[in-house]
Amino acid sequence: MSSTTTEKVKATLAKRYAREKRFRAYGFISIALSILFLAILLLDIFSKGLPAFTSTYIKLDVVLDAPTLGLETNPSQEQLKVANYNKAIQTSLETMFPGVEDRKQKKALKALVSDDAQYSLRDQVMANPSLIGTTQSLWLLADDDIDVFHKGGIDRATPEADRRIKDFQLVWLDKLEAEERIESQFNTNFFTRGDSREPEQAGILSALIGSFYTMLVTLLLSFPIGVAAAIYLEEFAPKNNFWVDLIEVNINNLAAVPSIVFGLLGLAVFIQFFGTPRSAPLTGGLVMTLLVLPTIIIASRAALRAVPPSIREGALGLGASKTQAVFQNVLPLAMPGILTGAIIGMAHALGETAPLLMIGMVAFIMDVPNGVTSPAAALPVQIFLWSDSPERAFIERTSAAIIVLLAFLILMNLLAVILRKKFERRW
Amino acid sequence: MTDTTLDMSLKGTMTKPKERSEFAHTIDGTVGKPFLDGKDTKFHCRGVNVFYNGTKQAIFDTSVDIGKNEVIAMIGPSGCGKSTFLRCLNRMNDTIDGCLVTGTINLDGEDIHAKAQDPVLLRARVGMVFQKPNPFPKSIYDNVAYGPRLHGLAANRAELDEIVESSLRKAGLFNEVKDRLQAPGTGLSGGQQQRLCIARTIAVSPEVILMDEPTSALDPIATATIEELIDELRQSFTICIVTHSMQQAARISQRTAYFHLGYLVEVNDTKTVFTNPQHQLTENYITGRFG
Amino acid sequence: MSTLGILLTLTVLAAFSYYIGRKRSLALATPVKRGGNNLHSLPSYYGYLVMIWVLIPALLVFALWSALEKPLLTSTMISHLPAEIQNKSPDEISLTTNRVLSLAADDAARTSAEPVMQAAAEDYRQMQQTSSMIKTLLVLALAIAGGFIGWRYIKPETRARNQVERVVQFIMITCASIAILTTVGIVFSVLFESIRFFGHVNIFDFLFGTHWSPQTALRADQAGSSGAFGAIPLFVGTLLISFIALLIAVPLGLMSAIYLSEYASTTMRAYAKPAMEILAGIPTVVYGFFAALTVAPFIRDLGSMVGLSVASESALAAGIVMGVMIIPFMSSLSDDVINAVPQSMRDGSYGLGATKSETIKQVLLPAALPGIVGAFLLAASRAIGETMIVVMAAGLMANLTVNPLDAVTTITVQIVTLLKGDQEFDSAKTLAAFALGLSLFIVTLILNVVALHIVRKYREQYD
Repeated sequence: MSSTTTEKVKATLAKRYAREKRFRAYGFISIALSILFLAILLLDIFSKGLPAFTSTYIKLDVVLDAPTLGLETNPSQEQLKVANYNKAIQTSLETMFPGVEDRKQKKALKALVSDDAQYSLRDQVMANPSLIGTTQSLWLLADDDIDVFHKGGIDRATPEADRRIKDFQLVWLDKLEAEERIESQFNTNFFTRGDSREPEQAGILSALIGSFYTMLVTLLLSFPIGVAAAIYLEEFAPKNNFWVDLIEVNINNLAAVPSIVFGLLGLAVFIQFFGTPRSAPLTGGLVMTLLVLPTIIIASRAALRAVPPSIREGALGLGASKTQAVFQNVLPLAMPGILTGAIIGMAHALGETAPLLMIGMVAFIMDVPNGVTSPAAALPVQIFLWSDSPERAFIERTSAAIIVLLAFLILMNLLAVILRKKFERRW
Repeated sequence: MTDTTLDMSLKGTMTKPKERSEFAHTIDGTVGKPFLDGKDTKFHCRGVNVFYNGTKQAIFDTSVDIGKNEVIAMIGPSGCGKSTFLRCLNRMNDTIDGCLVTGTINLDGEDIHAKAQDPVLLRARVGMVFQKPNPFPKSIYDNVAYGPRLHGLAANRAELDEIVESSLRKAGLFNEVKDRLQAPGTGLSGGQQQRLCIARTIAVSPEVILMDEPTSALDPIATATIEELIDELRQSFTICIVTHSMQQAARISQRTAYFHLGYLVEVNDTKTVFTNPQHQLTENYITGRFG
Repeated sequence: MSTLGILLTLTVLAAFSYYIGRKRSLALATPVKRGGNNLHSLPSYYGYLVMIWVLIPALLVFALWSALEKPLLTSTMISHLPAEIQNKSPDEISLTTNRVLSLAADDAARTSAEPVMQAAAEDYRQMQQTSSMIKTLLVLALAIAGGFIGWRYIKPETRARNQVERVVQFIMITCASIAILTTVGIVFSVLFESIRFFGHVNIFDFLFGTHWSPQTALRADQAGSSGAFGAIPLFVGTLLISFIALLIAVPLGLMSAIYLSEYASTTMRAYAKPAMEILAGIPTVVYGFFAALTVAPFIRDLGSMVGLSVASESALAAGIVMGVMIIPFMSSLSDDVINAVPQSMRDGSYGLGATKSETIKQVLLPAALPGIVGAFLLAASRAIGETMIVVMAAGLMANLTVNPLDAVTTITVQIVTLLKGDQEFDSAKTLAAFALGLSLFIVTLILNVVALHIVRKYREQYD
C-alpha cells in the first residue's frame, strides 16, 4: 500500500514542482514590477528635474551710461528705480550682434535674456550708483527657451519649424558659447522666489512657506486633539458603550473616506459657514487636521496599547489616580510610537493635494504668504499648477518641485524610522 | 566530531543495566537500548543536531532507531527538544527560517536529507498530527481528500470517496460525520477535529505518523478515544508520539525516549523506562521531581 | 486686538493664574511646623484649577464668537441693505453679499464702487470693528473674572485633583467626538447642497441621465439645461478607471504580499518592504504628473505603433498608474490578513506533503478569503475616490464608453473641475459638484463599512 503511495506521489512531483516554480515566479515578478515601476518613476522625475537646479546665465558687457538709461546727473534713488535698464541691455546685445535689422529678430535678440535681467541690473545699480558711466561685465539670467537649449533639451536636428530656437538664434548662441559668455549656475531663484508666469523666474518659496503654515496649523491642532482622543478611547472609554463604538466606527471609516470629500467639507463648512478665508493656510490646515486625525488616533492607540498593563498597575498600586498613571507613566512610554504616527500623518498631509484644490489654494500666488490667513499655495498644489503649463521649462521645474517634495517626505519618514529604532522597546 | 559522537552513543548502548546505586549522572550518550541492531528499523538516526539561527542548539548528538509498527513515545520536560526532534523526521523544520539540521536520518535506509530525496514525497510517507487540532477551513470531506488530491492518489471520484470513507473509518470518525461530510471541519468538537486531522493524515497512506502532543488540547474522554485509536493504528503504521503525559506514554507506547535539555538521555522499552530507569534524570522525571 | 494677540494674552494670563493658584494653595495650607500639609491635592493641581477657570470660559466664548461672527454680521448687513436689493432672488443676494464683503476688505476698490455698495461695505466694516472690540474685551474680562473666582475658590479641602481630572477627561471626550462631528459635517455639507441641486435638476435625470455637460447650464434661468447633468458617463468612467487599477493592483499586490511573507529571504524582505513603503508614500500628485507626462504619451506611442488610436488622456494610462499606486496598499492589507492565518494551518498542510504554493493556494488563501475581500473593497474605495491622478491624467469630456483607450472622465475629476475656479456658490454647476460628492461619499462609505466589518469579523475568528 505504501509503495503505491510512493509511486503515485513520485509521478506527480515534476508537474507539482513546475507549478510551484511558476507560482513563485509570479510572486517575484509582482514585486519586481512594483519596484521597477518605482525605479522608472524616480528615474524619470530625477532626470527631468535635476536640470532645473541650475539655470543659464549670459554674460553681457552692459554700458551703463546715463543717456541710455534716461538719467540725469546725480539721479535720486527714485529716478534710478524707473530708469530704462532694458535699453542698456538691448544696446549691449545689439553691440555684440550687430546687423540685426529684422523686427522679429530684434525681438528675439532681446529675448535672449529674461525679463528679470533688467530688475537684477536695477538692483545692482541702486545699491551702487557709482556704476553709472561704467561698462560692466554682468551675468544675466537667460530666457527659459535659451535655458532649455543650453541644457541640451532642444535638438538641433529638429526641423526649424518645429524648434523653439530658430536657426538665426543658434548662430548667436554658438557665438556666445565660443566666447564663453553662456554658462549654467546654481538656480537660486528656484528657492528664493514665488510662482511666476516666466519659468526661469518661477520658484517654490511661496509654496514652501504656504505648505509650512498649513502643516503648522495641522500639527498644532491634530496632534493634541488626536492624542487626547486616543488616550480617551484607549484608556478611559467604557467598553460596549454605544457612543464609544460609534466614535470608533467613525474614525475607522474616516480613515478611508476619499480626501476630496474632506475638501468639500472644508468648502461648505469652514469657508461658507464659518467664513474662514479662502486659499489660506488656516483653512487648509483645518481640513488637513480632519484628514490626518484618524491616522494619528489609530497610531496613538496602537502605541498606547503596546505599553503593558503592568506599568499602569504599578502606578495605580502606588496610589496614583488613573489620570496620573496614564499621563505620567503610560504616555511618556507611548510617546515615541505616537510621534512616529504623527510624523507619518504629517507626511501624508504634506503630499495631499485634492482637498486644497477645493478650498481655493490653487490661486496664482507670487508673494510669500506672511501668515496663516494670507492667500497661499502649497507645494503639491504648485506641482499641480506647473504640470498644467505647456512650457518645456515648467516640466523641468515641476519635476524639481517634486524632488523637493519627495526630499521632505523622505526626511520625515527617516525621522519616523529613527525615532522608532531609537526608542523601540520590547516588553 | 561525528566519530566521537558515534563513540559516545555506542558507549551508551553497551552500558548494561545498572544497579540503582550506579545511576548515570552526567549526559555522555544515551543509556538504555536506543538501537535495534537492524531489526525492522524504520528510522535510523545518528548524530542529529539542530540549530536555530546558527547559534542556539536545540538538539545535541541524538542517535536512535525507530522500529516498524511500533509506537515510540518521546517524553521530557517542556523545551527539552522532543518536538524539535520529531519535526526532523519529516523535515518539517525546513519550513522554519534559520533552522539547521545536521547528522544522518535514514528512512528505510535512504538518507532523508539526500539531494534525491524530496520533502514532499517524504512528508507523504511520514505524516504528522499536531498539538492543536488544525482542520482546514473546508468541509470534512475536503479536509480528508486534501492529501489524496494533492498527491493524485485517486484516479476518480469513486476512488476518492473510498479513500475518504476508509480514512474516516480508520480514524473512528465515520459514523459520527457520515451525514454531514460537506459540513465545515472547523464545526466539529475538539476531539473530533483531532480525529479528522488523523484521518486526513491516514488518507495519504503514510508509513509513519508523527504525533506532536495530539491530546494536549483535548478533554480526558476525547483523549481516551484518541489513545484507543493510536493502539489500532499501530497495526498499519509506525507511530512516533510526543507527549507530556507519562501515563499516556506508558499506556500506548512500546518504547519510550526521554529527552532532557536537547539531549536524548535514555531510550528503552516503555516498561523498563518506567520501572527501572537507568539515568538519574529519567528517574527524577518519572518520579515527578521535576517536569 | 488680533486673534493672535488675544491668544497670546490668554497664554500669559494662564501661566500667571497657574502661578497664583499654586501659591495660594501653599499659603492657605497649614505650615509644616504646625502639623504639616493639609492640602487635599498637590499644589500644582490648584494651579491647574485656576488656569482652567481662566481659560475654559474665555476660550469657549472666543471660539463661539469667532465662528459665528461672520454669518451673523453678514445677515445683519443684508438686513441693512435697501429693500429693493433684499427683495431680489437669493442667488442675487448672495452675489451682492460676496461683493460687499470683498469691498469691505479692500479699501482701494471701495472708492470706485457704487454708493449703495460703498455704504454697505462701510456698514459691515464698522460692525466688524465693533464686534472685534467687544470680543476682545469680553474674552479678557471673562479670563480675569474666571481667574478671580478660581482664586477665591481655593481652600485646602478643595478637591482640586478630582476637579482637574474631570475637566481633562471632558476635554478628551470632546476631542474624541470630533470624529463624529467630522462625519456629520461631511454629511451635512454634501447633503444640503445636493438637496438644493436636486431642486434644480431631477434626481433621476442626474442618476440615470447619459449626457453630462455642465458648462451649458451656466445660467440657472437657461431653458432645458437639466439634461446636461446626467452622471452615468461619470459613473462609468470612474468604474472603468477603477477596474483597470484594481486589475493591476489586486493580483500584483496580493502576489507581492504572498511572496514577501511566504517566500522572500530576510535580506530581500529588508529591501523590498521599504521600497513598497516608498511607493505608498509618494503623493498622488506625483503619480498624476508621471501618468500625464510619461505613461500616457508612452501608451499612445505604443498604440500608434501597433496601429491603434489611443487618446492622449486614455483611461488606460490613468488606470495603470492608479493601479501601481494601490499595489502597496493592497499588499500591506493582504500581508496583515495572510499573517493572521495561524501557523498551524500551514503546518497541517506541509505535514501532508503539500508544496508551498499548494499550501498557499488551497489553505492560506481560502482561509484568508474574507480578509482579502475586505482588502479588495478598501482598495476599490480608494480607487473610486482617488483624485489627483485622474485630474491630471484622465480627460474632462464625459464620454460614455468602456474602451480603455478612450478618454473618460470621473466623478472626482468633475468635482475638481466644477469647484476649482472662482464661481458662484449657488449655481447648478457648483451644486452639481456636491451632488457628485454625495454619491462618492455614499459609495465609499458603503464599501468602507462593509470592508471594515468583514475584516474585523475575520480577525476575531483567529484571535
